[in-house]
Amino acid sequence: MTFLKINNLSIDYKMRKETVNAAKNINIDINKGEIVGLVGESGSGKSTVANAIVNLIDEPGKISNGSIFMGETNISENQETIVQYRGKKIGLIFQDPQTSLNPILTVGEQLIETIQTHLNINIDEAKNKAINLLKEVGIKEAEKRFSNYPHQFSGGMRQRVVISLALCCEPELLIADEPTTALDVSIQSQILELIKKLTKERNLAVILITHDMGVIAETTDRVAVMKNGDLVEIGPTKQVLVKPKEKYTKSLVSSVPPTNKKISRFTIIEKENLNNQNNNIKILNRWSKKSIVDQNLVKIQNLSKSFDDSFFTENTKNSVMAVDNVSFDIKEGKSFGLVGESGSGKTTIAKMVVNLFKPSSGDIFFDNVNVTKIKKNKDLLKFRRQIQMIFQDPFSSLNGRLKVKEIIAEPIKLHNPNIKSIDLDNYIYDLLESVELSQQSAIRYPHEFSGGQRQRISIARALATQPRLLVCDEPTSALDVSIQAQILNLLKDLQEQLNLTILFISHDLPVVRQMCDKIAVLKDGKLCEVSETEELFKNPKHNYTKELLKLMPKIESIYN
Amino acid sequence: MVGEETSDEERAELRETLGLTDPIHVQFSRFVVNASKGEFGISYQLRRPVSELIIERLPATIELVLISALIALVSGTLLGVYTGINRKGFLSDFILAVSLLGVSLPTFVIGILFIYLFAVILGVLPSFGRGEVIDLGFWSTGLLTISGLKAIILPSVTLSLFQMTYIIRLVRAEMMEILQTDYIKFARARGISEKSINYKHALKNGLIPVITIAGINIGTLVAFSIITETVFQWPGMGFLFIQAVQFVDIPIMSAYLVFIAFVFVMINFIVDILYYFIDPRIRVKGDVTSG
Repeated sequence: MTFLKINNLSIDYKMRKETVNAAKNINIDINKGEIVGLVGESGSGKSTVANAIVNLIDEPGKISNGSIFMGETNISENQETIVQYRGKKIGLIFQDPQTSLNPILTVGEQLIETIQTHLNINIDEAKNKAINLLKEVGIKEAEKRFSNYPHQFSGGMRQRVVISLALCCEPELLIADEPTTALDVSIQSQILELIKKLTKERNLAVILITHDMGVIAETTDRVAVMKNGDLVEIGPTKQVLVKPKEKYTKSLVSSVPPTNKKISRFTIIEKENLNNQNNNIKILNRWSKKSIVDQNLVKIQNLSKSFDDSFFTENTKNSVMAVDNVSFDIKEGKSFGLVGESGSGKTTIAKMVVNLFKPSSGDIFFDNVNVTKIKKNKDLLKFRRQIQMIFQDPFSSLNGRLKVKEIIAEPIKLHNPNIKSIDLDNYIYDLLESVELSQQSAIRYPHEFSGGQRQRISIARALATQPRLLVCDEPTSALDVSIQAQILNLLKDLQEQLNLTILFISHDLPVVRQMCDKIAVLKDGKLCEVSETEELFKNPKHNYTKELLKLMPKIESIYN
Repeated sequence: MVGEETSDEERAELRETLGLTDPIHVQFSRFVVNASKGEFGISYQLRRPVSELIIERLPATIELVLISALIALVSGTLLGVYTGINRKGFLSDFILAVSLLGVSLPTFVIGILFIYLFAVILGVLPSFGRGEVIDLGFWSTGLLTISGLKAIILPSVTLSLFQMTYIIRLVRAEMMEILQTDYIKFARARGISEKSINYKHALKNGLIPVITIAGINIGTLVAFSIITETVFQWPGMGFLFIQAVQFVDIPIMSAYLVFIAFVFVMINFIVDILYYFIDPRIRVKGDVTSG
């Protein structure tokens, strides 16, 4: 029997100028004991649908049509019914465990309050129940952790606390909105296992919202694909992923980097990428460095970096080794991947390579010159020109007060102060066209662009100094899969044409596999292993690498 | 200190005993040494030790400042929470509009308006002084007598208005921000009642910055009280200071300023310690378990 029935649901956001339909005529049925995935890119309306079920749509959104039935009760009809159902019959888990707990109340206080709101039991019984719940979600020493504050838990543990809060009054429906997006792979798989286990044990109905197709493939029974507020396709997960009926689903699936093989390019169905095939990279004729010397462009030897907790005393006991005795080489013209979970020191290494951090010890050689020994700023500038960086967040890495033209002109003028303004303009246009943006973009501001377009601007800015080494720090992790595929294709093309050397940092193993020739795996600042990409994926040597490979969500698991 | 008929010899002798003939740096170092011992010399005008005068006037000012800080904090927080939750109501707009008056009108104008309204027209409250005072030996208080309580109403309300406005606006902004956060949304999704969300979850978080500002503002209240005390003829330190300014009574002025500086430092110190109790994130630093 259908447990939750979403009928012709439409949600409108009335803005001053127009009405935005965040969801249009959505029909989804969910049974008890099944996990239904809701997948789509940002802005597709998947979170809006979830919020509509508990009637917590952000202002000024409103349900304009349709109904939501839970059993026999229409829960979208009146406010009072749904308020009673929240927490008691429907549990919600949000994306970011860092922000979904109240920082100044203990975990226990938050649990007891929620339990006592819904169940008529005294404080001791509530406390017992809370401690049992914490145990159930896998928190050790639950009696002790009960009186801890949220900041005393790590990210994964916090998400367990959030799950225990969502489940504390035994709801029948659980809505998980990107529950593992903010977490590392190993913790992600634990949380997903936990959700699966609880679904079976408690006969829950679960809606799992995510943009990660690997998670969908491994966790859900059925999946609904959304795009721009429309429900594109719904069906058993295997059927939708293996034999998608709709064109959009096909393109979504094909944009996902495969985990089991290396492909030369991502197939992009959605967009007609004709000019892309011409490889008209306009800045090529301006490029001075045209051939690759068979040498190690970057040599890193025994590199270490410690961050001292205390400012006054250089007490080595308190210091954290962010990077601990790391050595590797990058061949010119190749892509080198740095992989690891958060806190493994990969970004610290990148910042030392581009000379934003000074290493505590060890050497970095660039083109056979020891960069760490350079003292004069003037000499450093020569190296800065040859090493450029692309950052993770395209929203904060571009100055919002400058036009795109000014953003790109800045590095050019720094390294070539005498450039004529007409040459400068032409140079900027060439750069923009090389990253597949129009010349008109030059006079616009960053906020007028989408995330993917902004990342293109970042790339154009990085190419402006004609660098030899490009350091990409998680360049696509803030982007949707289809945009990610486009950006990765662009980086590959640029590398091929311009003979770039790339240091590619990511926590996303499938992406690294597609991008890199050689990969280094990091854990807690230490190097686990360095090997050729295919070798690493087929024949991992280090236990940690094996574990990472085992735990990464695989979209291919659906074929088995 | 000297009258018309004082002779030149007597004047010279007085200068000598007060040390006014010494070079400036000697005078200054003598002042610093004595000040560190709590001695600020003798008032030129009243011919009594300054420390004695200050201690005598201190209770009046402290009582005035504490009462108005209390009024400002309590009503400011309540009104701030109300306007933060009911953002679009008529009453909220009204409170905010009136609170604007509180900032824009100078304290002495409000004080005079209050005197005119409550003392002259209605005749319910006294227009000046502290009323009857009970001496507890080390402290003289006006809070234990009816007339003393009546007397403190007008000056303390006048003094608190400016700070209250600040706190209303700050609490309102904090509430509005916190009600948008994920943990409030998550609390709603768990079915926690609106009352608990507003007062337990949101307000507690919102008060953290309020305490910082309020702490600094209590120092400002002491300083602002000069004007209020003058308007209401309140026998506190501010009134003493104004009189001292008129007579160029330097020992009193310097003692008063040193005292104010001391109050500021102490209050900030107390606020920092309060943080420890209010914000658990400061309390247990670095005690994060992994997993």
